[in-house]
Amino acid sequence: MPLKTMPQGLLGIEHLERAEIEAILARAKQFQPAEGEGFQRSDVLKGKTVVNLFFEASTRTRTSFEIAARRLGAETISITAAGSSVSKGESLVDTLNTLVAMRPHAIVMRHAASGAPQFLARHLKIPIVNAGDGTHEHPTQALLDALTILDRKPTLEGLRVAIIGDIAHSRVARSNVHLLSKFGSEIVLCGPASLLPQELAELAPGVTLTNDIEVAIKDADVVMMLRVQLERQHEVPMAAGEYFRFYGLQLDHLTRARPEVIVMHPGPINRGRELSSEVADSQKSVILNQVGNGIAVRMAVLERVLA
Amino acid sequence: MKSLLIRGGRVIDPATGFDGIRDVCIVNGKITQGWRCDGPVFDAAGMVVAAGFIDMHVHLREPGFEHAETIESGSRAAAAGGFTSICCMPNTSPVNDSATVTSYIVERARNASKVNVYPIGAITKGSKGEELAAIGSMQRAGIVAISDDGKPVMNSRVMRRAMEFAKSLDLLVIDHCEDLNLSAGGDMHEGSHSTRLGLRGIPASSEDVMVARDILLAETTGARYHVAHISTRRAVAMVAFAKSKGLPITCETTPHHFALTDADLETYDSNYKMKPPLRSHLDVDAIIEGIVSGAIDVIATDHAPHAGDEKMQEFERCPFGITGLETAIGLSLEKLVHSGKITLSHMVALFTTGPANVLKLDRGTLAEGAVGDVTVFDVDSEWSYDVSKSESKSKNSPFDGKKFRGGPVATIVAGDVVWQR
Repeated sequence: MPLKTMPQGLLGIEHLERAEIEAILARAKQFQPAEGEGFQRSDVLKGKTVVNLFFEASTRTRTSFEIAARRLGAETISITAAGSSVSKGESLVDTLNTLVAMRPHAIVMRHAASGAPQFLARHLKIPIVNAGDGTHEHPTQALLDALTILDRKPTLEGLRVAIIGDIAHSRVARSNVHLLSKFGSEIVLCGPASLLPQELAELAPGVTLTNDIEVAIKDADVVMMLRVQLERQHEVPMAAGEYFRFYGLQLDHLTRARPEVIVMHPGPINRGRELSSEVADSQKSVILNQVGNGIAVRMAVLERVLA
Repeated sequence: MKSLLIRGGRVIDPATGFDGIRDVCIVNGKITQGWRCDGPVFDAAGMVVAAGFIDMHVHLREPGFEHAETIESGSRAAAAGGFTSICCMPNTSPVNDSATVTSYIVERARNASKVNVYPIGAITKGSKGEELAAIGSMQRAGIVAISDDGKPVMNSRVMRRAMEFAKSLDLLVIDHCEDLNLSAGGDMHEGSHSTRLGLRGIPASSEDVMVARDILLAETTGARYHVAHISTRRAVAMVAFAKSKGLPITCETTPHHFALTDADLETYDSNYKMKPPLRSHLDVDAIIEGIVSGAIDVIATDHAPHAGDEKMQEFERCPFGITGLETAIGLSLEKLVHSGKITLSHMVALFTTGPANVLKLDRGTLAEGAVGDVTVFDVDSEWSYDVSKSESKSKNSPFDGKKFRGGPVATIVAGDVVWQR
């Protein structure tokens, strides 16, 4: 069965208790640097080794995990497997055996295959932190998104959150839906029909679907834009111009939202593809706050998993 | 004169309608009730004695993939599962698309198999879906049906020609119904579970549209047509409709398609990955209803061995398929008989007269003069399946450790006890 408690790592948000999430967010808040200061340092993880196992290209998430681990005094090793020449399946089994021999204290893993961390967790006793698996979950992204929202809003409960874009292929959307639903947010998922399967409505309580961006944004407290994941679509996508016209976020859309609306994006952003430059650079955008909060949240997660 | 007396069992023979306590005597490989059996005695008191079970959908992997299974190991697994006859699908290497390969399999089975092996030939050369295989020659060499199993015949005109030719040979056409454009890249049934797990979906419609097409082509050509491993509610409804119109259309389902659902994929365990995929509970209900109503004629296992390292991968990279020969009776008893859905006699029919009639095999009954293939099983003994002790060379079963009530006791082929619990 899916792992539920932190000593076994963090595989996803879906099976995490609300109290566990609250504890991580509270700790992450303590790790946030005060205005004009750098991140705190601690040696709570001194002598621990964290292996970052990235089977998929990633700059911000890998760097963020590395910085978080080092701030806590852990040693980190990053293994990046491009997976082009070697079959990824073979390399995962081989890497698994190699890793066991290295005796790390935790593995942070990103993989293009949904369920890959669950696969690894079945064979390893050490905790695994999922840094994104295929189109399944990206739990630390949802945690840092929650932290970012809570920097601006008193509570997640009752918030209207619109998540717009390629929902079908988004692990960020899935993890965010699970998290926000546990806290009683109202979640509107929006995208073109081919990227918004009907079954998403059953993902968690409080989820509704729409293909109309104006409906999605109406009265929204939070608008999360998602990148179009061409690499996961495996079929001819909607033309870029058509996509931007119907699902790209533009400034005048935001007049339909609540006045204090914030705009989020897990990055990397494609200006002119899923949101306009004006939106990306507007006061409502908290995209750079998300990046900073990533480190705080990952410190809290690693501490909880390892300390 | 060689004989075997199976004494005191509950004989269930749907072909003749008999259901009662009776001795069964096999003399020189034939059921011979009139004779006084003076050979060895098999005590079947408290057990069910039925005609030898037939599994019309098995992958033996030989020639070509002997690391996963051989005719010898697969036949041992069949015997351990209570099957006296199995049909092997042609997706070997080389593909069984010629009389040469068919003859090789027949010859290997003669030397190495404990049970009867009936090859199924490919519909098209290399099962590539383009050019018809040497169907007539393969029939002379011993095939009992044609199928490109593992793949559909995507080209409708090729399928039409295959059906026309098969009709002239009175040969059964079996299709693996999957529209490859709709299912492309999919790993599991498309639905709320695939959406949540982030695994790519194989929609039910990928099966439905091919079943619909095939039924129309079968009606046009008059061929005897059989849907392999049926798994969706609409496909079952279409087969039932075709039957109501009097068309010679049949179908099989597998134990896993009535025992498991897509909810079982929760842990990304590759032992739940198969084609067609485990469907929704609504489909499973329809499969069971189709068995009850008679829309489904046959239970077949789709025994699909894969070596351990092939399944030791991330879910989306693992091959499709699970082993099934040794758990078929246990699962059928649990899900169909103990649950009160069908009678024991109906279950026996799904493994005997069902496939025998579909394939026109002269088997599946304990009537006087019939071949002396017998399956003895019980309905109450408690046992659990230990896949590490499987006779198959592969261990890819989701039922490891599962507890069963009732299962195979002895497998008798032409009067010889080839396996005993």
